Formats: sequence, C-alpha cells, structure tokens
Amino acid sequence: MEFKPAKFCPGCGYPIALMLLAKAIEKAGLSKKAVIGLDIGCALLAWDHLPINTFQTHHGRVTSTMLGFKRAKPDSFCVAVTGDGGAYAIGLQNLLHAAKRDEPVFVLVINNTVYGMTGGQSAPTTLKNQKTDTHPEGNLDEPFFGPELLKNLVAAGAFLARTAVNEPKQMQEFFERAIAAQKAGHFSLLEILSFCPTNWRTRGAETIAYLESLKQAFKTGEV
Amino acid sequence: MISNNRQFVTGAEAAVQGALDAGAEMMYGYPITPATEVFTIWIKKGQKYLQTEDEIAAGFGVCGAVIAGQKAFTCSAGPGHILMQDAISMAEGMRLPFVAVIGQRGGPSSGTVIYSQQEVILSCFGGNGEGHRLVYSPSNLDELYRLTALAFHEAWQYKFPAIVLTDGYLLKTKGILDETKAEPAKAHPLINEETFRHWRNIYNFEEELRDEVLKMENDFAAAAKEAARAEEVQTDDVEILLVAHGIVGAAAKEAVDILRGQGIKVGLFRPITLRPLAKEKLDKAAAKAKKIIVIESSLGQLARLVRDQLAPEISTPFDYLQKPAVGIEVEEIVNFVYGI
Repeated sequence: MEFKPAKFCPGCGYPIALMLLAKAIEKAGLSKKAVIGLDIGCALLAWDHLPINTFQTHHGRVTSTMLGFKRAKPDSFCVAVTGDGGAYAIGLQNLLHAAKRDEPVFVLVINNTVYGMTGGQSAPTTLKNQKTDTHPEGNLDEPFFGPELLKNLVAAGAFLARTAVNEPKQMQEFFERAIAAQKAGHFSLLEILSFCPTNWRTRGAETIAYLESLKQAFKTGEV
Repeated sequence: MISNNRQFVTGAEAAVQGALDAGAEMMYGYPITPATEVFTIWIKKGQKYLQTEDEIAAGFGVCGAVIAGQKAFTCSAGPGHILMQDAISMAEGMRLPFVAVIGQRGGPSSGTVIYSQQEVILSCFGGNGEGHRLVYSPSNLDELYRLTALAFHEAWQYKFPAIVLTDGYLLKTKGILDETKAEPAKAHPLINEETFRHWRNIYNFEEELRDEVLKMENDFAAAAKEAARAEEVQTDDVEILLVAHGIVGAAAKEAVDILRGQGIKVGLFRPITLRPLAKEKLDKAAAKAKKIIVIESSLGQLARLVRDQLAPEISTPFDYLQKPAVGIEVEEIVNFVYGI
C-alpha cells in the first residue's frame, strides 16, 4: 500500500489511526470497495493520503452523506471519519438517528478532547477543568461519552468501542470488528483517543502521559 | 414521444411523475408544508425513500447517493429549505447533481404556506458561493411535471444542483396534466472502484479556489446557452414589458391577452429558469419597451435578478407590482397597467 505524505501536525494521532484503518481494509480485500468520507475539522486533511476513494463533506454531515452513499451502493464499505466535535456536537442529531436506524456505516471518531483545526477550543469530550481557548479557566462540564450514549439506541449486531492510538493491537482488532459489523449489515462506531500535542501544548513524553491520563476518564474496550 | 393519457392530478403528483419519468431512484425527505405531499406521494408509489431526522440529513443523504451514481432527490420548503442550503452549498462546491423540489413559504420565519415567491434569492444564491445552481420556476402543472424531469437531466448533464422552485398553490391545486412522457436522465457514479479519487471542497490556497470558482463560472455560462429558458409573449412590438415568474407569470400571461384586446401593447418576459436567466432574450425585449413592470409575490427578489442581469446600456424605466406573501390576480395586473 502506498500512502501519500500526511498533512497533519507533527505528533498528531490521525495518521496512525488512518494507516491501521487502511491496512485493515486491505486485509479484508475491500480497498476498491471502501469509500472514506471526511468530516470537516482535522479529518479533512486525510483527503489525499490513503490509496482509497476519499472525499470531504461538511462539518457534522459526514454520517448522513455516507449513509446516502451506502444505501445507493450497498456493496461498498463506507467509513465516516470525524472528530469529536463533528460527531458529538454539530453532527450528534444525525449520528443518533443513523445509529438508531442501524445504518451500515462505520463511524470513526478521533477524540483528542479539543477542536484541533480551529486552535483548541472546548469540545463535547473536553475534560472537566481542562483549559482550552474557550475555557481559559478550565472547562465546567463533564465530558461526553459517545459510544456509551449510543449503547441504548443501537440494534443487536452493531459494534461500539473505544481504543487509543497507542494501542495498535486493539485498534486493529476493532477495525476488523467494525468491518465485520458492516458486512453483516450493521452500524458501527469506534472512538479513538488521540494525540494533539499542538493544542495540548505538550511535548514527547508529556503527550503520551496525557493520552494515558485520558484513558482514566474514557474507558477503552468494547462498549 | 407524446402519450394521450391526460390525468387529473395535484401539482405534487405532477412533480413526482416528472421525477419518476426522469428515472429518479431514491428520495430523502423530512415533512414540511407545502412540500410534504411530494414525499408521501413518492412513497405511496412504492419507491425507495428514507425519512430523515431533519432536512440536513435529507440533503446530505442526497449528496452521498448522487456521488454513488444514484438519481436521488429531496423536497422541502421555507425553514427546511434554509437548513438544506448546507447540503446544496456542498453540492455546488463539488458539482453534485443534487435535485430538490421546493415549495416556497411566505417568510421570514415559518410564515405561511400557499402563496410566496420569497425563496428566489435563497434558491439562487443561498450559499457562500456565486449561485451556480439551476433554478426552475414552473407556472402551471404541465411545467411542474416537465421541469422536474428536466431538473434531473440537466443536473446530471451539467453537474450543478437543480432546484424546482414552486409554491403551495401549484403543489396542492388539482388540474389536467397533458402528460408528455419524459425520457430517463443518464446518471453515473462520480467515484469508481478502478481509480482512486481524492476529492476535496477545502483549498489550501486562495488562488486554487479562485481558479475553481472561475472554472465553475465558465461552465455555468456555457450551460446557460442551452439551460437558460424563458417564455416571451407578444414582445415583438412591446411597449410595456411585464416580467413575472411562476404562478404570477401565468396570471401575467392572461393579463397580456386582456390588455392586448384593448389595444395596449403589452408583452411578457417570463423566466422559466431564474438561474441562469435568459439574459439575451430579456435584453432584447427590454430594449424595445418604454417601461418594464416586474410583478412578484415578494418585495423585489425577482426585480433584483432582472436588474442585475439586464445589460447596463438599457435605460428603460422600471415599475414594480410587489405583494410579499400573497397571490397576484390577473385583474390586479390589468388594473396596475391601466394605472400607469
């Protein structure tokens, strides 16, 4: 598989998740059938990265767009790549209903706890007391737990899970589970806790330590 | 190919028949008066559909479907049309053959549901772009049928979003449809399995986007040569030129007949497409006239388009008959012309 240069910030977690996604798609023999829709936010930078059909959509609208594609071409493997803001704030209504209808689309949520592309404002996933551009004194609210919220809505056979970019084995396994869910005609959502050293204002070991601390708040594993 | 099956139908039924004859395969929708029946009649005909949670999901569902090569469409009105502009803007930016039937509502806000021509600017220019959309304004049932079918053909041919802009009066009124069987439109996937497409709507450099918009403008101007349509009535020796569209255009046409019967040299320019506007025809008729009267159920949305597109050297004075959110009857137009 040939990857074009990633356009993400140095130290970003997106390229790791995308590379493993592409490898899982290739392993399943779906490289030609796969279509990746990108939400707006940092996800948009993946438009020219993978050897897979890829297009940008609008902020919060990737799930609706990809379910339209999937319904028109049921033999495709449809992935909606989005950030936590796109999934759980502006796109939440559409995500909830897509999950409830068991639309056979794989929603990949990269959770870095901030709006990265716009410079680090609070997201639905921002931790309580976490300092951001829009909450310089610390965020007031508890974070939003996407897969757990969807748990009560989805049909049997849907797949919901959370992992982290520094858990490649689990990530790989969950990509395979998501592919299997879509093949069986079901909705899937995988949230991946990811690095954002640019907006966390962390370096090297601090970045990894911060990601590890996120795992305390956001439990990894199948939901 | 003409068939003789005359039918007594509502406008919504005529629009659905137009979509079906054009080979439409899928509809996404969210109920809103006065467009709901376009959706429910489509469903009752046993067609594929999805009722979404809002007009945003309906619009983007259409975007995803057409990228996959499916002739999909939606319908909406007023506040729903506002939400749908999010998807129509993406369709404009990515040249997607998006088709929507819009039943205009009186506005602002939720307003009213029968007479209105207040979604003209929203349809034509409701995005952060240059209004590269095909906007059709049918004046009667037969045109509602034919223009809905045509919207699919031209959306797929030119790759611009296409809006059939009608209203509650036309959608809900029953009348005779002299059905002219439309041919199915040709569609094809915009991405395929053999070549990986990497497709964006966000640009790194201002100049890249400028070039893209200028290319769209060129393509739109080229499309306009065929796609810009208007009906001209008695414009050869016109002294007073009426300009009206949609059902107001139908009333204006009747007014022309009455006024001509009394020896007044009145003519009509009725844009069938609001975008692109048939500007050469407009210029020709307007240059002959001593007065132009723009008549519409809005405070000047059509007048803005007409004044903007009219050649600058034409100095014919304008007058306006504007009644926002209410219908305009033939007699009112006749009396207005008497009055000047």
